[in-house]
Amino acid sequence: MKFDTAAGKNPIDQMKVVGKPTQRIDGPLKTTGSAPYAYERHDVAANQAYGQILGSGISKGRIRSMDLTKAKAAPGVITIVNAENAGKIGKTPRNFAKLIGGPEIQHYHQAIAIVVAETFEQARAATALIEVDYEREEGRYDLAGEKEGATTQESHQDKSYGDFAKAYDEAPVKIDQTYSTVDESHAMMEPMATIASWKDDELTLWTSHQMINWAKLDMAALLGIPEKKVRVISPYIGGGFGGKLFVRADALFAALAAKEAKRPVKVALTRPQIFNNATHRPATIQRIRLAATKDGKMTAIGHEGWSGNLKGGRPEVATKQSTKIYASPNRMTELRLAVLDLPEGSAMRAPGEAPGMLALEVAMDELAEKLGIDPVELRIINDTQVDPMKPERKFSQRSMVECLRTGAEKFGWEKRNSKPAQVREGDWLIGMGMAGAFRDNLAQDSAARVTLSQDGKLTVETDMTDIGTGSYTIIAQTAAEMLGLPLSSVTVTLGDSSLPVSAGSGGQWGANSSTAGVYAACVKLREAIAEKLDIDPDIAEFSDGKVTAGEKVIALSDVVKNEALSVEGGIEFGDLGKEYAQSTFGAHFVEVAVHALTGETRIRRMFGVYSAGRILNPISARNQVIGAMVMGVGAALMEHLVVDKQLGYFVNHDLAGYEVPVNADIPHQDIIFLDEVDPISSPMKAKGVGELGICGVGGAVANAIYNATGARVRNYPITLDKLLDELPEE
Amino acid sequence: MKSFTFEKAQSPAEAAEAAMRKPGAKFIAGGTNLLDLMKLQIETPGHLIDVTNLGLDTIEETPQGGLRIGALVRNTDLAADTRVRRDYGVLSRAIVAGASGQLRNMATTAGNLLQRTRCPYFYDTNQACNKRDPGSGCPAKVGYSRPLGIIGVSDACIATYPGDMAVAMRVLDAVIETVKGDGSTRSIPIEEFHRLPGDTPHIENALESGEFITAVTLPKPAGGKHIYHKVRDRSSYAFALVSVAAIIQEDGSGRIAVGGIAPKPWRDETAEAELPKGAAAVAERLLLGVNPTEGNAFKVKLVKRTIAAVISKAKQDN
Repeated sequence: MKFDTAAGKNPIDQMKVVGKPTQRIDGPLKTTGSAPYAYERHDVAANQAYGQILGSGISKGRIRSMDLTKAKAAPGVITIVNAENAGKIGKTPRNFAKLIGGPEIQHYHQAIAIVVAETFEQARAATALIEVDYEREEGRYDLAGEKEGATTQESHQDKSYGDFAKAYDEAPVKIDQTYSTVDESHAMMEPMATIASWKDDELTLWTSHQMINWAKLDMAALLGIPEKKVRVISPYIGGGFGGKLFVRADALFAALAAKEAKRPVKVALTRPQIFNNATHRPATIQRIRLAATKDGKMTAIGHEGWSGNLKGGRPEVATKQSTKIYASPNRMTELRLAVLDLPEGSAMRAPGEAPGMLALEVAMDELAEKLGIDPVELRIINDTQVDPMKPERKFSQRSMVECLRTGAEKFGWEKRNSKPAQVREGDWLIGMGMAGAFRDNLAQDSAARVTLSQDGKLTVETDMTDIGTGSYTIIAQTAAEMLGLPLSSVTVTLGDSSLPVSAGSGGQWGANSSTAGVYAACVKLREAIAEKLDIDPDIAEFSDGKVTAGEKVIALSDVVKNEALSVEGGIEFGDLGKEYAQSTFGAHFVEVAVHALTGETRIRRMFGVYSAGRILNPISARNQVIGAMVMGVGAALMEHLVVDKQLGYFVNHDLAGYEVPVNADIPHQDIIFLDEVDPISSPMKAKGVGELGICGVGGAVANAIYNATGARVRNYPITLDKLLDELPEE
Repeated sequence: MKSFTFEKAQSPAEAAEAAMRKPGAKFIAGGTNLLDLMKLQIETPGHLIDVTNLGLDTIEETPQGGLRIGALVRNTDLAADTRVRRDYGVLSRAIVAGASGQLRNMATTAGNLLQRTRCPYFYDTNQACNKRDPGSGCPAKVGYSRPLGIIGVSDACIATYPGDMAVAMRVLDAVIETVKGDGSTRSIPIEEFHRLPGDTPHIENALESGEFITAVTLPKPAGGKHIYHKVRDRSSYAFALVSVAAIIQEDGSGRIAVGGIAPKPWRDETAEAELPKGAAAVAERLLLGVNPTEGNAFKVKLVKRTIAAVISKAKQDN
């Protein structure tokens, strides 16, 4: 089904199942430990051996030699695979650091060998016996130091509209500040893990992956085998956040090792390897210039971003939202990329907008203060209903102003003292801050197979993944709505490359795109049922387990007599995404307490209002948004992959050293979704919410800290050492 | 993890004797630190002596009016003990400020005293570390030193003792009781227990080969207000950047020990005499000879400010 005109009235609008707060249908499996994750698939292949990956001990240079003698002789060792005996490894368009290092080493913990043994302990012990002789080379590890040599990428050209320089120059009120964000890790609970098994020339991978079809294509390319010889299975995933969008060393090494060992091999990355072997969100430096008239109308928006990556890598597009979020007749965005010899920088939850909104929303706070205008009002004054870089292009729907007003009212924003460092409770300084939320809405083609069986029950099959987001549930809700069935009559099978190709989970496109694909398949099934019953599909109504067409009423359990009725269909998104700007919006409000003596920051409460089209399931959508808010708090206050600038790696590579927020850091969260639909987005009239919650929330935290203390910190995270000098004397 | 042999000791003396007989042997109780280090091959004992059968898990009152805490009393039980909560509140508060409920259920009193540094270079066997591999060097001083020590450190090592419990025990003047491999026993005041690194950062405490901790005794209660202020980057489940254990008397005098800044709980009785003059005076004396890196110089100020917070809290609770 091609989607190229705005959606009209359709069965989803009934909202009998869709839109209802529905607990996850896979919840009981997870809470009882019976949802099997990749590493636990003891059942799928007999005689599994254990693989342990050895990561490079240096960050840049060459392997002179690798002595495997002791490791091979260690108890239980079956085989060892490294660059020398791995055979030719192909290239994929989605990874640029090599998944197998050697002799050249591109980054710390780049995988250079795998030891396969009878037990996990034997594999791990033998890995430590591999003797590697390295030749170290000088590397570039410091973004600030490499900033001057950073270059423009062909894929990310400078953008401008109007005359930024002139407008900025002439404006009566302006700010020009530089902000920085640090490298961050996805730090998901479930490590990357794979069991690989070969049957003749056919490879099956039980793995943990967000994008099944990409994994299949990339594994085929890496191994130089036909795509149809690769099967990827990933029904349950313990978090990804972008870290599992692209195949990693576990999958490739498991496949190579299983071939060499001639038996199934299971591999998981160790926790330290997740930080340096896998990908991360790259650090940024951002210069933001904003200018406005005295009454707060913005006349110039300039945002420049610098980031670093391995040669050939992508920039972190921190300027992304700055082309669209606020109105201004003059604007410019520029991105520069430096070459760094750190591990590969890649997508992490709201790539670009997460660090970009953190900086931009603090800059807006600074401008508001300079103007003497309330920060909520400043954002309202500069709302736009059209793409400011292309004014003839409207937003498909945009209710940011309502988010701001509703949020301010419900949060109690009027109680904020706009003068910083005025509110004190004992030793604690209290402050409030706010920020806008903005993230583009993306869509990806998505297909599914739906099958009506003799007993009137429905099965939905698609290679879509559920990375903890609620995909199982919203897909079941969609199919139940379309066929007029109760949720309990729908079975959903996900995460298998033998099923129709879906949008996968990434870029907050998964929910809207994959359910739209299921919608399309269900439309086809309704037509097939109508045809079978010889009724007019246009008047057929599906409800309460029955099809009604005029006088004719047939139970769905009576439709299929012998063979189940199965159809495949999908959604193909046309040009509506080009004709209209499609984004998601919101407003964040945060109250913090900062210890006046020690600088410890404690969030007291958080409030968010979001505009993101139809909310398919308020429970799972809320879960996504509040989780993203927590991640934004992490970026604002603590998460920091620390670069050792001499040795060139992320030093704090475990969960004791890389701190993410704990429950005690997040005492209270409230959110509201505006009740709305966006017919331009898809037949579901829904948009993404999985990343919206992280976009801007860090700015609200930083602005609240400023309001509490008067300390304007522009280098994130705001750890207490950055506040000490600006706190009142004891 | 390297292969090791294993035995279960039946008495403290037997445990010490077994450890003396097998160089490189380690005692294991809760295993909350040792097992992690063994998996990473930072610790590679050839022999483990399981001491969990020895009893030593009770808290008894001493004739002097104090408490004798068995070496195997779990952190959770120690923190929850009514006598500890009533008379040694700083100890209870320090313990619950550390680790997580699950870890405290496993961790023992003696094991906690022996936990090793959280320096990230110590934790990565690809890197040089004078503590893990004597003579190999120390990248921490010019590398990532934010969590590390500012005083009592040396050119060879700037690692900290990372725990909370021992900081409170230091302020309480605890004494560590041991038995040696030859069956003799001794008492080590906690101030003499942890060693400064000097040129030998791999030697972390006063224990001799095979020497086994049997108990920790606390003198009779000191009265006063018991405060433990742990400053860290998140609200829970993180090691201290700076922590202050304090007992403040009504007249403003008191005792102060500081964690997170040195290879041992840091206390200077002469600095405590400055308490009536305020936090700055105490901190200045306490940190005489401070030698921070660029990355952890903020701790100098933070020590002063945390002491100020503790003094403020003592006043507020009046």
